[in-house]
Amino acid sequence: MAHEFIDGSTAIVRGALAAGCDFFAGYPITPASPILQMMMTELPARGGVAIQGEDEIASIGMCIGATLAGARTLTATSGPGISLYSENIGLAIIGEVPLVIVDVQRLGPATGGATTVGQGDVQFVRWGTAGGYPIIALAPSTVEECYSLTMRAFDLAERFRCPVFLLTDKDLNMTMRTVDPSALTDMVVRDRDLRRGDEGPPYRYHPPDGVPPMSRYGDEIMRFTGSSHGEDAVITKNPAAVGALNDHLAAKIDDHRAEIEMVTLDHQERAATLILTYGVTAGAARAAVRQTRAGGDAVSLLVVQSLWPVPEEAIGAALEGVTRVVVPELNLGQYRREIDRLASGREIVGVNRVDGKLITPEQIVEALL
Amino acid sequence: MSTTIVPLATYRNETAYPFCPGCGHSSILDQLNEALVRLDLDPKQVVLVSDIGCSGLSDQYFATSAFHGLHGRSLTYAAGIKLARPELEVIVIMGDGGTGIGGAHFLNAARRNVGMTLLVFNNLNFGMTGGQHSTTTPFGAITSTTPGGNLERPLDICATAAVNGAAYVYRGTNFDADLTDRMVEAIETPGFSVLDIWDLCTAYFVPSNKFGKRSLEDTQKRLGLGTGVLEQRDVAEYAAAYRTEAAKRPHSPWLEPHLLESEFTSDLDGPCRLLVMGSAGGKVRSAARLIAEAAIRSGLHATQADDYPITVKTGHSIAELIFSSDPIDFAGIDRPDVMVILSEDGLAKAGPYLAAMTSTGRVVMVPGLGDVETRAALEVLDLERLPGRVAKTELALVALTAAIVGQNVVSAEALRAAAGRGRYAEKNLTAIANGLELTP
Repeated sequence: MAHEFIDGSTAIVRGALAAGCDFFAGYPITPASPILQMMMTELPARGGVAIQGEDEIASIGMCIGATLAGARTLTATSGPGISLYSENIGLAIIGEVPLVIVDVQRLGPATGGATTVGQGDVQFVRWGTAGGYPIIALAPSTVEECYSLTMRAFDLAERFRCPVFLLTDKDLNMTMRTVDPSALTDMVVRDRDLRRGDEGPPYRYHPPDGVPPMSRYGDEIMRFTGSSHGEDAVITKNPAAVGALNDHLAAKIDDHRAEIEMVTLDHQERAATLILTYGVTAGAARAAVRQTRAGGDAVSLLVVQSLWPVPEEAIGAALEGVTRVVVPELNLGQYRREIDRLASGREIVGVNRVDGKLITPEQIVEALL
Repeated sequence: MSTTIVPLATYRNETAYPFCPGCGHSSILDQLNEALVRLDLDPKQVVLVSDIGCSGLSDQYFATSAFHGLHGRSLTYAAGIKLARPELEVIVIMGDGGTGIGGAHFLNAARRNVGMTLLVFNNLNFGMTGGQHSTTTPFGAITSTTPGGNLERPLDICATAAVNGAAYVYRGTNFDADLTDRMVEAIETPGFSVLDIWDLCTAYFVPSNKFGKRSLEDTQKRLGLGTGVLEQRDVAEYAAAYRTEAAKRPHSPWLEPHLLESEFTSDLDGPCRLLVMGSAGGKVRSAARLIAEAAIRSGLHATQADDYPITVKTGHSIAELIFSSDPIDFAGIDRPDVMVILSEDGLAKAGPYLAAMTSTGRVVMVPGLGDVETRAALEVLDLERLPGRVAKTELALVALTAAIVGQNVVSAEALRAAAGRGRYAEKNLTAIANGLELTP
């Protein structure tokens, strides 16, 4: 039996390459720099393009341009970089640009604890651009999931023609772990749905949840705009067209949440307590669950991989028979806000830490009592 | 996909320009259209990239491909398009505002020379948002945000582009008789071309400054700004140069799967948490990694997290290792089972761990670090027993070998198997042999 010893960054890069990523632009920032360096080294050898932008704004701008020229693009940064990506994230949403953005979280705010672990960008990626539209964010909780969820992020980006976040953190990306290569499971990442000749207008708002095929520069005369536009991609203020556009941007994701929902439920019969967590903190939660059960107590664990949109159905199912929900996260209770509204009538307990250290299994066990 | 080139009589569509009466933008666009007709380009292959401001409306009046993006960022989208599909003809239209908010992109476009043509519609103020001053507003000019006259020195777009490496640089006005020729020249130039084209904003700048056609040239003269073709140089177009260089590049050594066969065994029962506390330059991380690989070769699970200051050549270097026969869910260490202290830098970071360790723990130190307070068992390595002095870069592996081998985690054989490859194999094997000499 052979194993590898790799970190999350390596798994993300391999997942991206397996998904067909052929364009990367990024700007150095710990703890996301290893992804940049690996892409700068590997993509040229594969006939792709990797470039270090003059800043984060240029990096995501290049990614958006490259996607529209037909590339499958990835960028990676940390919280301070996401701050600079913000406006272009909105552009990618309104222009329906498939793009995968890795946010390797570190402790904030601002430069924060450079560079210690945090999970403080959970609500930030959700609401990180002006205007407020649905986004998709996946959070791997193991090195193996770094690989598989990167592939899934590329697939969802094509499926819904939108930016997709992969939300990780410093420890997940930079701690090396023993990995069984056969656990790095590939999935079929769909090809871009390209327009073949004249298939009508480039954008479609009826039905609102539909996702039209994309064009790419060079294949046909193609217009793109970051302003409100009609189905013909021409700027408009016509209320009917603008309303239809914005309803469509929400509906294409909100009406298909079932395709995005992804959780891992470790259910134990008669457990009145559920630990609900995500990302690197899920590791401590798994250890806490083992300790608790070894002591003869019952507890269930729900690890959420699809953070946004909130997998309400899966969480609702996990909450059945549960009277107490413990939500550990490396922030002051950001995802707990979502659980508060879904788990009314139950006791909801946060386990939180913002000192740059990981939440320990012992801290979680303590909260179970 | 088959491509048919369709020469056009015009690259304009049928929509009339939206600009104010007397605004120079219409005439610049007419000359751009004339340049495209002369170049006879496939409209599918032409991408007009614009951003915000009155000039940002331009792309809508052309029957070519277009990208209308965020203020000041057009050069970034254009670079992405060109890098992904170098065969496209990418033309960027920016206002003078874009050279401010997008200043970093402008500088770096000149430096990088991705093949695109930038037309700056320079009307010396923000026309779309109410006549505020811009980076190019002349000294003394009245705008809605410089009511007492502009105190800022205007940006010399052309000098900036030229000194930073742009392939083609031109300054003029929309009234220049040769503007179309210069546009054709610029578009045909490989690399980054810039045309700084001054024109009149009849809504704001003209009425506020009693400005007219002659004032454009007079102001350029007064400010000492050169006109005409100011730079023309042969450059390597970046997107093409990238592909040439990329074809010679090897694959990344970091991505090749490095498989570790479980060919040895370990008697480890339960997790073993090991902290290695050393200094930058002491090969702490690579020595720790060898131990981790030896553990994996012995059928164990391992984790390794490194900690070091951002100034990587100085200060502490710490490796946190966990070994276990079971999968390791939590990779944090509050209380190590074994701590190896290699230097003063490492010792300075060891306080909380030393305090947390119990009598079942072990601390292995190199000599000369002074007293430490801990309930753990303390062992000071007797380096004098070794023939010759241990090099600073080998100390970590020597001490780790002494601390770990013989403790039910990894065998000497497993460690030698992990260390016996690569260009440091010989040194590593010597360090391991020395470490084994010190094993209690």
